[in-house]
Amino acid sequence: MDVLAIWVGKITLLALRMIGRRGNALPGLVVEKLFPGFLPRMMSRLPEGVVVVTGTNGKTTTTKMVATVLGKRYRVLTNDTGSNFVRGAITATIEHASWGGGLPFDVAVFELDEAWAVRFVAVVSPRRTLLLNVMRDQLDRFGEIDTTARLLGQVAAATTGNVVLNRDDERIAALAQHTSGDVTRYGVAPDLRPSFPNDEELYGGALFVSNEHADAELLALGTYADPNITMRIGDDTHRVLLRAEGPHNAQNAAGAAALALTFGMDSASIAAGLADVSPAFGRGQSFDVDGRRVVLQLVKNPAGFRQTLRTIDPAHGPDAVAIAINDEYADGRDVSWLWDVDFTGLRGAADRLITAGTRAADMAVRLRYDGITVDLVEADLEKAVRSAVDTAPSNGTVVVFSTYTAMWTLHAVLLRIGAAT
Amino acid sequence: MSARGITIVHLYPREMNIYGDTGNVIVLRRRLEWRGLPVSVVPVSVGDPLPADADILLGGGGQDAAQGEIGADFVSRGAVLRAMADDGVVMLAICGSYQLLGHEFHTHDGVRIPGVGVLDVVTRGQQERLIGNNVVETPDAGRLVGYENHSGLTELGPGVRPLGSTQPGRGNNGRDRTEGAVRDNVIGTYLHGPVLAKSPRFADELLRRAYERRGIDVALEPLDDALAEQAARVAVARPR
Repeated sequence: MDVLAIWVGKITLLALRMIGRRGNALPGLVVEKLFPGFLPRMMSRLPEGVVVVTGTNGKTTTTKMVATVLGKRYRVLTNDTGSNFVRGAITATIEHASWGGGLPFDVAVFELDEAWAVRFVAVVSPRRTLLLNVMRDQLDRFGEIDTTARLLGQVAAATTGNVVLNRDDERIAALAQHTSGDVTRYGVAPDLRPSFPNDEELYGGALFVSNEHADAELLALGTYADPNITMRIGDDTHRVLLRAEGPHNAQNAAGAAALALTFGMDSASIAAGLADVSPAFGRGQSFDVDGRRVVLQLVKNPAGFRQTLRTIDPAHGPDAVAIAINDEYADGRDVSWLWDVDFTGLRGAADRLITAGTRAADMAVRLRYDGITVDLVEADLEKAVRSAVDTAPSNGTVVVFSTYTAMWTLHAVLLRIGAAT
Repeated sequence: MSARGITIVHLYPREMNIYGDTGNVIVLRRRLEWRGLPVSVVPVSVGDPLPADADILLGGGGQDAAQGEIGADFVSRGAVLRAMADDGVVMLAICGSYQLLGHEFHTHDGVRIPGVGVLDVVTRGQQERLIGNNVVETPDAGRLVGYENHSGLTELGPGVRPLGSTQPGRGNNGRDRTEGAVRDNVIGTYLHGPVLAKSPRFADELLRRAYERRGIDVALEPLDDALAEQAARVAVARPR
């Protein structure tokens, strides 16, 4: 039965590839409908079970971190295509299973968005869950953040083994009471806490300081002169050079480390694994275009945008910054959220500033009210990115912040006019 | 001109701040600063005193839970707010704050949440939400462009007039093509966006009224609003 499901799925995948589609939801959807018990049966064959990574921001990069670190010891199945629905997990399983029905893996690590994580755990009980944060995100589609926190509570409740919580996010920390599993925590050192505001703190709430012990704790961030971060993993302190830039990725690395500790991995292997992680699709990925370095940063919501802006060091800023805002359904039709981002840190950070996408003008208005002059408002994404590259000095740097649908277009453009680095 | 600048009160910035409504505060403040006019912004949260010299009150939308947290505090300020409204203080209340300025809100599951009765409106919750880009034609400030996202349906009483008109399926209740409510200088609306960002004429109209009420004769110099006008044109053409 499962062999048949795998054949049906694999043939659907091959057919899609033949017609040049990169889609990864359809094979999962087909198998989900035709063979409803497929996923739980396949997952039950994994000796170390399933890890679910969820939360509002940082899922994709953190999942990649967990998969890479666990890869030091285990054979890891993961949905690294960024399709964070149940059918994305099914597609990954089909893709990596053998035609004979074998599943040569020890553990699966799945990124799932908050709503899909609930549907996933209704079918498959994860042995471990890593819960990152709850931030307001595309409220026109997801509803309120308290609702999101309740969804994550259901995921914690369905977890049979370890629930790894971000102790610094009040709503996540409170989920400890929703699980009968073993709760472990990660966090950032108290002196770093103000640099990692949770949703309440972003909107003026008092600083929440947890007194819970963290199994993995970010002790110090990197600087321009010394980009290594310092992290306590278990009882040991390590310095790690993360290739995924920015404070938020350093925080997520602590989550991945705490999760890896629940497997009994030693801290040196965990640190080495973290150093191996390359940026995920559109999350700090860089490209070479005519000798210029172009960095693509996905932005989806106010908290994520604020965090990603912090990858820019005003003293060593890029030559050009482009901000591409689309308002397609997958981006969220409502662009009001741009007003919940503080852009004043971009003042003087780049020689040239360009806004792009369907809502290029909205973005320019937002920047104007934060005292930032926009040099070019260009809805066309390719024209905008070409302008940014053309006006940057040779061997200069361009940073492009982009919403989801704009990122797909930009990614394709950058591969056409340049090369991934 | 008097030494004291315009005082903008930002109501419940911690609790009522959903969908970028804080942007309305940014817009008004900057439009005064760009013209060299003095301005101060006073955040007022639960338990804080309401400044007696407030010229403009701004309130945003909130999550359901937040509206519960501030409800009692807001109602306790009812007499003060009604007196301020009678005195011509400028108020712009968005979404949840608009609903609370009315007489009452009946939730979908039958709970009655009292408002402060500054605006003669009553709101009833329903399961479905009115969500999407919205364009409102107003007699006072021309075309307003924003984004609505609400499950409460608001009916206007005789003590208010609509802020403007919109298409069926949108606005106050999706039925009578009205959007928002106005009495004196008090304006309630469902338009997020924030509404003032892409409707600079509306922003300046609020500032003009605040000065007028104080008896200060200030010419608000024109600003370069080409980008805002461009953004408004784009928004009008986007899918709902």
